[in-house]
Amino acid sequence: MAETASQLSDAKLTARQRYLDAFRWMLLARILEEKLARLYRAGMIVGGVYIGRGQEAFSAALGMQLNRQEGDVYAPLIRDQAGRLAFGEAILDATRTYLGSVKGPMRGRDGNIHRGRPKQGLIAMISHLGTAISVANGMLVAKRFRGETQSIGGVCIGDGGTSAGAFHEAVNQAAVEKLPLIIAVADNQFAYSTPRDRQFACKDLVDRAIGYGIEGYSIDGTDLNACLETFAKAAQRARSGHGPQMVVGHLLRLSGHGEHDDASYIAPELKNQQYGGDCLEISTAHILGQEWMDETEMEALKAELQEQVDEAVATAQKEPAPDPFQESWHALATKHLTEGTPGI
Amino acid sequence: MSITYLEAIRAAQAKALAEDERVFIYGQDVAAFGGAFKATKTLSKEFPGRVIDAPISEDAIAGLAIGAAIEGMRPIVEMQFADFSSIAFNQIVNQAATQYWRTGVSCPLIIRLPSGGTDGSGPFHSQSMESLYSHYPGLIVMTPATVEDAYGMLLEAVAIEDPVIFCEHKFLYYHLKAEGLPDSILPVGKARIARAGRHATVVTCSAMVHESLRAAQELVNDGYEIEVVDLRTAKPIDTDTVLASVARTGRLLCVGEAFPWGGLTAEVVSRVVSEGFHLLDAPPKRLNAKDTPIPYHPNLWRVHRPTSQSIAAALRDLLSL
Repeated sequence: MAETASQLSDAKLTARQRYLDAFRWMLLARILEEKLARLYRAGMIVGGVYIGRGQEAFSAALGMQLNRQEGDVYAPLIRDQAGRLAFGEAILDATRTYLGSVKGPMRGRDGNIHRGRPKQGLIAMISHLGTAISVANGMLVAKRFRGETQSIGGVCIGDGGTSAGAFHEAVNQAAVEKLPLIIAVADNQFAYSTPRDRQFACKDLVDRAIGYGIEGYSIDGTDLNACLETFAKAAQRARSGHGPQMVVGHLLRLSGHGEHDDASYIAPELKNQQYGGDCLEISTAHILGQEWMDETEMEALKAELQEQVDEAVATAQKEPAPDPFQESWHALATKHLTEGTPGI
Repeated sequence: MSITYLEAIRAAQAKALAEDERVFIYGQDVAAFGGAFKATKTLSKEFPGRVIDAPISEDAIAGLAIGAAIEGMRPIVEMQFADFSSIAFNQIVNQAATQYWRTGVSCPLIIRLPSGGTDGSGPFHSQSMESLYSHYPGLIVMTPATVEDAYGMLLEAVAIEDPVIFCEHKFLYYHLKAEGLPDSILPVGKARIARAGRHATVVTCSAMVHESLRAAQELVNDGYEIEVVDLRTAKPIDTDTVLASVARTGRLLCVGEAFPWGGLTAEVVSRVVSEGFHLLDAPPKRLNAKDTPIPYHPNLWRVHRPTSQSIAAALRDLLSL
């Protein structure tokens, strides 16, 4: 039988609340991404859809440790909808960007997961893997120059991205500068179609932390509690001057690379192996098992979040698409130095 | 007081550091060592903590500068040689150059590229990258040819809200001297008539300005007055000044130190032909480096790039048409 609230210590209560908060971000991300996937199949998305199914626990746990208001910076990658929400990105930023609304942060100039608000600490990713890490380093260096030493950064990468030179250069750079940076490596076993044994030869990517001279953690990325505890510790270590923290989460990508990809190359039996589970199913079972919520409350929560998502989609769908005749076509902030298009 | 092109670059950085607390310098060997060419000599001592040695990681060097710029700093990156910026190319053209357009947040940083050839520098320490960077939207590309511009344009670059690729020519570092530093220079984006003439126009930039001026001097003996236009910036190109010059002379030779396929010289010819075809009395010409990697041996190198002799020959050819 579950303990009642009055029998719980404060620490346990906090841990339970943190778990439930994280679960909410995970569920919201899942509902949002399932909606986006349906819109993609209906041909209503401009461009592709990339989802983080199976990675929500790992992603949300990092996002929750970062505080936008305190000046923390966050560089999510393509499977970090949950982390983005936890960091404070509005659902509307996602739906507007995916649906091509001119009111979104990218105004139709970039799409889907290539979105952000750099002045609010949210780096707008480019497609080249590993390149956002040094950008986060630079933002932290700027804050150090200004004496804002309470800020930390969180960056996300997958197992495939760790093979990029940009990743190595930037993690080494963060180590040299002893920056308060959390590097979240979601080892989801596949980089597009390439399995991890064609990606790297070390036993566990966390072994690389030793080479960089930074602190590392290897965890079950489908275990929400493990994710929450580890990122909390990593954030505390980063904030207290212990330099970069690498957290490797073992999990399985439960989707294609994008929604265009049926992922037929992923053997179904992988889902039954260690780290192959669905973090959302696992945490749902945990919450129900602990009687932190009952089935009715769970359904009510889903309905509430579904409503938020549907509203954000409807809003974005009603908004205008970018107008090429209203577009300024200036790539420079220094307008008078813009070349224009010679000959036109 | 005589000051070299290199000393002017150092002086501009010292002034920027002194006057703007957002400025810092980041690059390989730039701190206590003072840089491979000593462009940051003693600056780390004068400005403690603001001149920072980087690991050999050009991608991450540019990336860090981008992040700092987004956060309101004014980073000056020294690439040890322009050639090595190829490692940072992705960050520069895909991250820095797209930042403002994509997000509305400007990315004011400077990448200093010690550029161009010198005796015995070979394929990987001699390149001219201005055309490559100019190709991408979102960058300003400066190619100063004088001590005054090296100083003044670097200070302008610090004030500009956009990423600036600052192509400083190594051949000019020690050779080129001025009597002092300027209080002001022509605005960025304006070309300069380095020598007035009426028989042909040479459009060029950086070290090639000086080779072209020597060629123009040589042609005085043949009775020709050659106008030399120093573009000053590869991007933007001051097409108006170029067209006005061609209107005066009717003949155009574009000279560049970079490789011959495409690039700045081709862009200038293209603009003059499409916007000023009626001004031309003869087909416009281009003179660039040869289409091979840059040779190591001085005997080969001196022929690989345009020189005053080859420019003079090209001009004689152009004037005979």
